[in-house]
Amino acid sequence: MGEAIVITSGKGGVGKTTTTANLGTALALLGKRVCLVDTDIGLRNLDVVMGLENRIIYDLVDVVEGRCTVQKALVKDKRFDDKLYLLPAAQTSDKTAVAPEQMKQLVEELKQDYDYVLIDCPAGIEQGFKNAVAGADEAIVVTTPEVSSVRDADRIIGLLEKEEHVKSPRLVINRIRGHMVKSGDMLDIDEIVMHLSIDLLGIIADDENVIKASNNGEPIVLDPTSKASIAYRNIARRILGESVPLQSLESEQKSMFTRIKRFFGVR
Amino acid sequence: MNRQKQPYVTMKGTKDGLTLHLDDMCSYDDLIAELDEKLMINENKDFDGPLVSVHLKLGNRYLTPEQEEELRALIRAKKNLVVASIDSNVMTKEEAIEWKQKTEIVSVAKIVRSGQVLHVHGDLLLIGDVNPGGTVIAGGNIFILGALRGIAHAGCYGNKEAVIAASVMKPMQLRISDVMNRAPDYKVDEQNEMECAYIDDNDQIVVDRLQLLMHLRPTLTRLERRF
Repeated sequence: MGEAIVITSGKGGVGKTTTTANLGTALALLGKRVCLVDTDIGLRNLDVVMGLENRIIYDLVDVVEGRCTVQKALVKDKRFDDKLYLLPAAQTSDKTAVAPEQMKQLVEELKQDYDYVLIDCPAGIEQGFKNAVAGADEAIVVTTPEVSSVRDADRIIGLLEKEEHVKSPRLVINRIRGHMVKSGDMLDIDEIVMHLSIDLLGIIADDENVIKASNNGEPIVLDPTSKASIAYRNIARRILGESVPLQSLESEQKSMFTRIKRFFGVR
Repeated sequence: MNRQKQPYVTMKGTKDGLTLHLDDMCSYDDLIAELDEKLMINENKDFDGPLVSVHLKLGNRYLTPEQEEELRALIRAKKNLVVASIDSNVMTKEEAIEWKQKTEIVSVAKIVRSGQVLHVHGDLLLIGDVNPGGTVIAGGNIFILGALRGIAHAGCYGNKEAVIAASVMKPMQLRISDVMNRAPDYKVDEQNEMECAYIDDNDQIVVDRLQLLMHLRPTLTRLERRF
């Protein structure tokens, strides 16, 4: 019996889909059986980010309406033998094509076969959100260090707290720019965590490689040198219950001079 | 029988006017009849005098609003009499619950997040924060042990004496009764001092040190307030 985790944010464009794709991949790399569920019916993206767009035959709505079995609709990611699957959303219908009760049943079924079911939630707090949350046991709230995004995260946490079947949500702060936080132009992590007062699951530095990787249909996690990749891997390990320290935000651009200074112990 | 021995209506003249003690054991109709009769007798005595205020003591009798209206009309019809107060020992359950709700302190332990509204009828003691976009509304005072960053509305039924106090006072808006005040557009430096908001003599909401409250609102000390 696996766990179902919904990844949500309220605001759009903060990195829910990227986070879902990368956490799923990272968990698969750690040897877990993972199923990704895209609930953004009508505006599906997860398949594109995963590079599985061409292999979709059936989708979530087909399953819910009984046109095919769940097993048939699942798209297998060949890069991870039998570890990572995707249940894509329909592109032709809209959010009302599915009811929360049906989602719950579907996720319940998937939980039998997989260790983790990651549910990618659409932006907003309407039907799509209700569908995504219906089957979840846990929630991850993604936010960026912007006031508007934190405000929406606050709203979403409020709504999640009302859902009794969801354990208290955990926070992922995405797209942090170390130098801006340092100069005080960006909200800092402590401030956000204190404000939202939920557990911090991880922080991810802003990284251009993430965009590049998404465009190529390869989650950034597959590139072990990138900072964002390490951040996602750390989050995956924390989901598994390991305790991993937070990544430092200091940029690693060491000039020759600072290296020499560090060598002599000068700060 | 001995009906005349124990009159239903007893009149007493005081310096505040006339006090009528109405028997609470007889039927309402008998009471009205006797009251009408007694006032009729009195009416003839001094019809040109000043307006006399009448205080009604009902004892353990409950009057519906309609009955109360009837009584007032009956007395008002007698030229120079006017009802100043109606006092009864009893109230309905609903009234009692309403009174309790309006005077009790409700303590709530939660974070009021964006889009959430917390409404209580009496005083509110919030153990937690009010985040931006969140709203707390109380019929009485609002005391927040955490940070107030959203909207607080005290005395929402029109109590201008109500106050708002918070450990960290950084509200979007403050409302007390029907007076409103919003945060300045410029950023204020974080200072960690408990503060309170109240309506001053100029009908403006003022934010000041918490310690001033004991002078401004001495009645806050009593937990159960007056009827």
